[in-house]
Formats: sequence, C-alpha cells, structure tokens
Amino acid sequence: MALSQNTNYGYEDLGQLMTLMTGDEKHSFSATSTLDVVWTLYDSVMNVDPENPQAPERDRFLLSKGHGPMAYYVVLAAKGFLDIEDLKDWGKFDSKLGYHPDGELIPAVEIGTGSLGHGLGIGVGMLAGLRLRKQPDPRVFCLMGDAELDEGSNHEAIALAGRLGMEQLTAIVIDNNSASHGWPGGIATRFENEGWSSATIDGRDHEDIKTALTQSHPGVPHVVVAKVEEK
Amino acid sequence: MPDIVSKPGPATMRDAFIESTGRMLENNPNSVVVLADIGVSQFKEAGLFRYAGLSDKFSDRFINVGIREQLMVGVAAGLAKEGFRPLLHSYAPFLVERPYEQIKIDFAHLGLGGIFVSVGGSFDTASSGRTHQAPGDVGLLKLLPDFEIHVPGHADEAAVLLDDAAAGDGRVYVRLSEDSNASGRPVVPGKFHVERQGSAGAPAVIAVGPMLDRVLEATADLDVTVLYATTVMPFDSWTLRDTGATEIVLVEPYLLGTSASEVSGALHDRPHRLLSLGVRNMELRNYGTLEDHVEAHGLDAAGLRDSISAFISAE
Repeated sequence: MALSQNTNYGYEDLGQLMTLMTGDEKHSFSATSTLDVVWTLYDSVMNVDPENPQAPERDRFLLSKGHGPMAYYVVLAAKGFLDIEDLKDWGKFDSKLGYHPDGELIPAVEIGTGSLGHGLGIGVGMLAGLRLRKQPDPRVFCLMGDAELDEGSNHEAIALAGRLGMEQLTAIVIDNNSASHGWPGGIATRFENEGWSSATIDGRDHEDIKTALTQSHPGVPHVVVAKVEEK
Repeated sequence: MPDIVSKPGPATMRDAFIESTGRMLENNPNSVVVLADIGVSQFKEAGLFRYAGLSDKFSDRFINVGIREQLMVGVAAGLAKEGFRPLLHSYAPFLVERPYEQIKIDFAHLGLGGIFVSVGGSFDTASSGRTHQAPGDVGLLKLLPDFEIHVPGHADEAAVLLDDAAAGDGRVYVRLSEDSNASGRPVVPGKFHVERQGSAGAPAVIAVGPMLDRVLEATADLDVTVLYATTVMPFDSWTLRDTGATEIVLVEPYLLGTSASEVSGALHDRPHRLLSLGVRNMELRNYGTLEDHVEAHGLDAAGLRDSISAFISAE
C-alpha cells in the first residue's frame, strides 16, 4: 500500500508506518511494548482532535517513559496528529521526531520526556490546574515503564495523587519485567497502598486495554498494569 | 491638610515575600503557590502579617505536596502547562539543588514560566551545617536558559523584585536571605544601581545583594566606582561598560566567580583584570553564625578591603 496523509489507517498499518522511520521490515515486540496501549488510547479511549490538538477539553496523554517513541509517533501519524512525511526524518537534525519526544516541536505532544520519572508529577499538576479551572471532564493518562518506577519521583506523585483522590488520573505501566530488582508484591500493589484502584491486563489485548482504561473508579486515581513480553 | 503617615516597609525579606505573595494572589487569579512543607506554617500564621491567614483565604491556590521537592517542581510545571503562574518556595538547597533536573526538564525544556523563591542564602542557618547551605544555587540556575535571577539586599528591594516576578510570565529565581544591607536602594529589575561614582576609569566594584554594605565599608576611602547588582541574570553589561573601568572586582554572596563569565563577556573587547570574591568552593566544616562564615570566606569588610586593595595596587 502506498502511504499517504489522508488515509484512514488501522492498527494493521502501523508496521508499515514504522518502516518509514527505520527502513526495517520487521520490528521486535520489545521495541514496541507500548504500541497496543497507545493505539487503543488514541483509537477508542481518549477525547482528542487532530484538528485542535490543544483544545482545552481534550484528554491529556503524557509519555513519561519517553523511550522507544516509534510506537507513539506512528499512532500519532495514523490518527492525523503528525504528517506522515515527518516519519521519514526520524532522528535527523531538522526533524520534529527525535529518539525521545519533544513537546515543543509537536503540538499534539504534551511534554518532552526521555529522562525517566517526570511525567506523573507533571500530570498531577495538570490535574490540579484542571480542578482549579473547574474542568471535571479532561482526563490525564500517563504512560510509564515498570523499570521507570524505580525512579523515586514517581512514588512522590503516586502518594500525592492517591491522597488527593485524583479520579481523572490514569497511570499506565507497561510491564515487560525490566526493573532490575523487580516489584515484590506486584506493581499494582504499590499503587493500591496509596489509595489507587488498579487493573492488571494483557498489554496486547485491545479489548482488555479498553475495558481497563474506561472502567469506573470513583474518587480515586487508577493504574493499569499492562503486561507484555519480557524484554 | 491630612497627616502624612509613612508606611513602614517589610521588616525582613521573608515578610516581603509573604506580603508580595498576598498581592499576587489578590491580583492574579491564575497564580498558585506550590510548597513542600517549608513555608506552610508562615503562611498560616495569624496576626503577624498583613495577609494573616493567607493560605486559608486562598486555600484552593495553595498546594502543599509534603516533603517531596521533585514533585513540587513537577506539579508546578503541570500547573504552568494549564496556564497558571506557579510560585515555588523552599530553602535554597531543597528548591534548587535537590530537584535540579526537574527544573531543567519540567520548566526549561518545556518552555514554562514560574517563580522560584528561596530562603536561607548561602549560610543563613550556618549552625544547621552544610546540608542547609546552597552557595551554588545561582551558579546552577544560570546554567539553564532564560532564567531571570534576582538577589535582593534588603526587604524593600525584595518586595520590588517579587512583585515584578509576579507580574511577568518567565522563569524567575528570587534569592532571599536574612543577610541584609541597612537600607534599600531604588532597584530596577535588570539594572545595576550606581551606588558610588569613582573618577573616570576608576576600578569598578560590583556588589551583589547583601554584600553592598560590606563593600561600601571596605572601599570607603578608595577611588572606585561601586555598582550594586540585585539582578544578575540577565547581567547588566551596559552599566558596567559605561563605567569605563578595566579593573573589576566582583563581590558575590554565593560561589565566587558565579558571574565572572558575564563580566568577561561584557568587556570582551577591552583588556581588563578581574578579581572574583565570594564563597569559596570548599567543605567548611564549621557551624556558628552567618557572620562567622562571612568572615571565614574573607567577605567581611576587613577581608574585602585586604583583597581589593591588594588587587588594585598590584596593577
């Protein structure tokens, strides 16, 4: 299929879009551990509009993990938030697309990340701002990795979000078992101890992902632990 | 004719901070204070300040994240992302050094504005030891692009600089201290104040913030121009150049030489000599008082006089 900007892409096209970036015909699962979650978010969960990516009422997505943003870029391109042509310049000097995303270069990207442990704290602040503006609808989705949870800054944010009952906050932890010292008791427990609700799911199953990301969790923030293949 | 009642200014820089924060919250509904426990009790304290009970009056715009400094910065950045004007406050080591990468990424890299207000200076609480000292704070923040850095030397000046920061939308650091000059000067944000004019081409001594009174005493009978700096970033190169001086002494209340590169940049086309005086980069394992540490680093009037005189006479 010849790729063009106005095609209504589906999940099955994402591999070909990735090939535009890398020239490789195949991409390992480990390089795309976030792909199914990000696709489901943009395909059937979040309220976002490529015509107005900074609309005040939009849901906010924060790729806290920053690493391996190929999956993020191709989903953004498939959904019209990025020019398909931009994919071909991935990592070049004048490109909008680096190996870690920069929110200043792409209107649809909320923040610049790459150094781990920044997204959740910013997300808590964004929600605090939305509360002050009395905007109850926008949700904040923050995607992290299980190894990223090693960063202590995340636990500062997990604690406060639980205490403040930030119902509009959903953390997604892509669990490919890459944390050096693991998480005895399970990742979900770390959040539950701070007052979060949780769901642990198959991170490749789109129905499971959608169900977990849209389930009701009144008065508390929510974590979705999405298990994928081990790194 | 009505009586003219002179209105007393704030007694300390902390008082100025409380009062200015009250004005900011009154005037700008988008302003928010983000704390990490430090400062909470002061804002709540009743009866001491004009804005007694401030945090109750504006309770929805005070966010105390607990003793979580990285989160304080992250939350403030998130608020800025949503269009708010956050003010962050703590002791200098906990505001600048501990969450430095959050300031770098969450504010500078994301292009966000906020007001960072520290207390404690380099060694206000000298008896607390090294953990509560931050002579490197200004040096760290000037490494990040577009930080405006103010170092008031008096409570009245702190009020002017804090109000200016509240009215803007950029990244601003205001370094408050218990160290103070006896009286305030008519400071203009971003400009050096010409405190004393020497003869044409006389050496220029740049006194930063609380160092002014000591510099004036040290140079009382020397033919020098004394410039008073309360904003060090951006650096007022033009006022320095206008002195015509080719011998410069920089006297800073934090790590010596912090603004040395700005002096050299200002005089890049003019052969010049520079003496940097300030806090030495060392682990000074002593407690005591602020004045003890000022003297230990050679920053008291006698120490400054010795250093400055030797520099000038060495020409």
